[in-house]
Amino acid sequence: MSLLALDALSVRIGARPILSEVALSLAPGEILGLVGESGSGKSMTALAVMGLLPEGARVTGSVRLDGREVLGLPEAALNRMRGAEAGMIFQEPMTALNPLMSIGDQVAEVLRIHGRMSRAEALEVARERLDRVGLTAPRFPLSLYPHELSGGQRQRVAIALAIALRPKLLIADEPTTALDVTTQAEVLRLIAGLARDEGMGLMLITHDLAVVAGMADRVAVMQGGRIVEAGPTEALFRAPKAPYTRDLLRAATHRPAPPSQGEYLNQEKDQPAFSWQKYSKSDGSALLTVETATRIYRLPRPSPLAPHPELRAVDGVSFTLDAGESLGLVGESGCGKSTLTRAILGLDPLQGGAIRLGDHLVSPEMPRAARADVQVVFQDPYGSFNPRQRVERLVAEPFHLTGRPTDWRARVAEALREVGLDPADGRRFIHEFSGGQRQRLAIARALIIRPKLIVLDEAVSALDVRVRAQVLDLLAELQARHGLAYLFISHDLSVVRAVTSRCLIMQAGRIVEEGPTEALFTAPHHEYTRHLLAATPRIPAGWMTEEESLS
Amino acid sequence: MARYLLIRLLSLAAALVVASGVIFLMIEVTPGDPARFMLGMNAAPETVAALSAQLGLDRPMGLRYLDWIGGMIRGDFGLSYTYKVPVADLVADRLALSAPLAALALGLSTAIALPAGLYAAARRGRLGDGAVMGLSQLGIAVPNFWFAMLLVLVCALHWRLFPAGGFPGWSDPMAGLRALILPAVALALPQAAILARVLRSALIEELGRDYIRTARAKGASRPRALVRHALRNALIPVLTILGMQFSFLLAGAIIIENVFYLPGLGRLIFQAITQRDLIVVESVVMLLVFAVIAVTFVTDLAYAAVDPRLRHRG
Amino acid sequence: MRPALILGAVLSLTALAAALVSLVWTPWDPTAMTISARLQGPSAAHWAGTDHFGRDILSMLMAGARTSLAVALVAVGIGVGLGVPLGLTAAAHRGSWLDELIMRGNDLIFAFPALVIAILITATFGPSATNAILAIGIFNIPVFARVARAGALSLWTLDFIRAARVAGKGRARISAEHILPNIANLLIVQGTIQFSLGILAEAGLSYVGLGAQPPTASWGRMLAEAQTMVTLAPHVALFPGLAIVFTVLGLNLLGDGLRDALDPRLRGRVT
Repeated sequence: MSLLALDALSVRIGARPILSEVALSLAPGEILGLVGESGSGKSMTALAVMGLLPEGARVTGSVRLDGREVLGLPEAALNRMRGAEAGMIFQEPMTALNPLMSIGDQVAEVLRIHGRMSRAEALEVARERLDRVGLTAPRFPLSLYPHELSGGQRQRVAIALAIALRPKLLIADEPTTALDVTTQAEVLRLIAGLARDEGMGLMLITHDLAVVAGMADRVAVMQGGRIVEAGPTEALFRAPKAPYTRDLLRAATHRPAPPSQGEYLNQEKDQPAFSWQKYSKSDGSALLTVETATRIYRLPRPSPLAPHPELRAVDGVSFTLDAGESLGLVGESGCGKSTLTRAILGLDPLQGGAIRLGDHLVSPEMPRAARADVQVVFQDPYGSFNPRQRVERLVAEPFHLTGRPTDWRARVAEALREVGLDPADGRRFIHEFSGGQRQRLAIARALIIRPKLIVLDEAVSALDVRVRAQVLDLLAELQARHGLAYLFISHDLSVVRAVTSRCLIMQAGRIVEEGPTEALFTAPHHEYTRHLLAATPRIPAGWMTEEESLS
Repeated sequence: MARYLLIRLLSLAAALVVASGVIFLMIEVTPGDPARFMLGMNAAPETVAALSAQLGLDRPMGLRYLDWIGGMIRGDFGLSYTYKVPVADLVADRLALSAPLAALALGLSTAIALPAGLYAAARRGRLGDGAVMGLSQLGIAVPNFWFAMLLVLVCALHWRLFPAGGFPGWSDPMAGLRALILPAVALALPQAAILARVLRSALIEELGRDYIRTARAKGASRPRALVRHALRNALIPVLTILGMQFSFLLAGAIIIENVFYLPGLGRLIFQAITQRDLIVVESVVMLLVFAVIAVTFVTDLAYAAVDPRLRHRG
Repeated sequence: MRPALILGAVLSLTALAAALVSLVWTPWDPTAMTISARLQGPSAAHWAGTDHFGRDILSMLMAGARTSLAVALVAVGIGVGLGVPLGLTAAAHRGSWLDELIMRGNDLIFAFPALVIAILITATFGPSATNAILAIGIFNIPVFARVARAGALSLWTLDFIRAARVAGKGRARISAEHILPNIANLLIVQGTIQFSLGILAEAGLSYVGLGAQPPTASWGRMLAEAQTMVTLAPHVALFPGLAIVFTVLGLNLLGDGLRDALDPRLRGRVT
């Protein structure tokens, strides 16, 4: 008998359908991967199971947990079910815990709500559960508060309270999306291990196909509030039936296609097999030179008389980037890559070393005209534009560096056309565009003054896989057409591998390894690089046909 | 924690020094010689000069400022120009009315606002919420001194439940309290309306946060999530308002005393202004500013008590 | 449409219209005393009755609206004009000595309630409506500085600001071009709140004699004069009080309505 059975589950909020006829089942001890892009309804499915849908949502169909119908249960019965029979872990560990309550109390609260235990008894059990998720005494006393823990540690607390009463069903909604890749691997291993050991059914919700490939027994794919396909993991990856599943799989392993022959610049046209290395071509002259760049932050004094401790966020970093080259910069959060990026963009000063762009020294005081050689595309498609200005003004902003030409409107139209948008879009406001379109606009803005270098700061990280594939294609095409150099900063190794020819690995403010991307990924030298690669979730080789993995 | 406390204490001291300087300078630029004012227009110049010397008015400004500060630290506020008695005694006398009045009003406003805000947040978007919010909207718009006049008209003159004005002193505590009930209600209700609105919107903001969803997924009921989780987090903005309200209450108390003919700090200061008894004005203003700054300090400590993130910062 | 917003707009516009009309016309001369017609209740000739000098209360209310609105408006102007640039500057230089200086200065002004400022100014220069404007205006400065700074700080972390810096724009230019238009909503809402608080404060100051002086009409002073005869003729105290309540209520409803209408986060929110 299945532990969880959804049948014809439909949810609408107002007139908007959120879920349509969702049917799913999950056996005890089974791990089900629920995969879909943002807005596909996967989180809403989980919330429907927990009875936590937003107010005003209308639900029809059936949700049976352990044989009992959940829909229509009175609030008191739902409260008894939540936490005891079904536990849930959410995406954002930084905000999922009450900042004013100690971690011990937060775990103990589950037991107190359901078990009439005394506080002391509950804390004893909480201690045992926190030990179980790897937050062992004495390093992690119960009296700690969430702000004293890292993101990964907080997610462990969230797991501890979800499993405090050993529920039969555990729902994990993008539990590792906000975490670094090495932390992600540890947390995923922990969740899977707990599910196996305790015999819990686990519903793992994620947008990342590689995560479910390594973990799930079965996979269900969602799109637009419907399940489009479900089946055993390996079979589904090897032979996807629904066209949408095939699209997703293709996009997940996408590598940009070569541009049409006429658009090659500096390319040997007789080269039969395309490879990115040839196609992003360095012309051998250094465009960007970073020499022992050092950026030091002063931290608050530990006591009024002590000197300020220092954090060397960027610690003697050196590298060069040639004109027309695609260079990747990979590292986990806090490794200093953002700080380095700010210095390269001339926003922050260095405390040591130098950064040279062409003939100019990069610094916050550098002349405007010299800045025009570098532009940037940021991660967040929503925060990247002033919502009060029209697109044409937004895209034209970099003309501040060069002086606005009289034909600026024509140039904006041209830039919009180049990124695949309609020149008439210039009169619209930013809220009328989707996330993917906004990243295209960000690229248009970077492109408008024809810089030699574009810094892509996690530029595709916030995008769904299919949109990401399209944007990567666009970047490749623009590079070939204009001979642009890219500095591609990302935490996502698979993306960096797909689009760069050379790669830097950064850890704790230093570059620990550098080399041609393919060589670095197939034969890493440094311990940390190997560690990163091992932690990156991957769809097993051989599960996908050649046609799919090479678009 | 020690570091947090130290920084707060230092900024408290700095604020007091700067504020006292501002007050001293303002009074200093006031035209007119207090000695001449005290002795009347017909006094002989020698007498005026003698009194000036006696009051220390002929000394340089910097020294007089230090005298003033030093005196206040010792509890010596100087001699009132008109009453010829120590200002400290005058002020202490009046504080015995004004301080209990402000405290009563603050307590009353919190006692009304807390349940009202919780209720409205719990019933968000429904009839009860609408009623509380409508009433509070009205409460904010009513000037407290006008509300006080209506209270006098209805509760004192019409129903004769409370005295219409005056203060019998604390020799009979019940009679004293009775005289302060209407003024405290008049002061408290508009403040309660503001506080209830702030509490409600802070609670609603907290109820939308991820940790509330976590609590609900644990099996916590709505009331438990509201009281055990949201309320404590919502207290932080509420404390800010509460601290600021104290200064409004002080100001309000000064005005309300006029309606009820209460011999408090307010009456003292208005008389002092008309009589150009500047040393009294100076002292009372300094006292009020000191109270506001001290309450800010207490609010900062309360933040730290509520929020471990502040406690742990160094 | 939102009924509260409409009610707020109607009440506020009524007060504004009364103030504007009083510039050219009032039913009676608001300063003309007719002792024979003192303390009359509302009638066809005097819609709101007369006071203890036989002055027409409606005319005085209209002239008083002028004083109230003018004082509150200029005080908001002072607060916006000085507070917003200070707040923007502090945010643009977050964490620097300049930020620290501006914010500590703000805290200091906050330690002086408007009434205390008015007392100090009056003790020094004597009472007048200008004192009320100054006292309330000075009190408004840190309010707007804080709102501007808080709004600006959250914007400075956004990528479009970084993009503008990469485009070579300086902090002052970014503040004017990108920050200010995006905090305009916040400032408008705070402006209506401070406007209504200013009306309450002006009434309070005039009531205790620190504000407008005769013959300038003022709602607060009307209430002060009405206090002694509130038992004889309650209407003398009733109408000025209602005028204050309705004006303040109207502005508050308008402010809340504007906040909801202008806040894109609230637009079409489901939960």
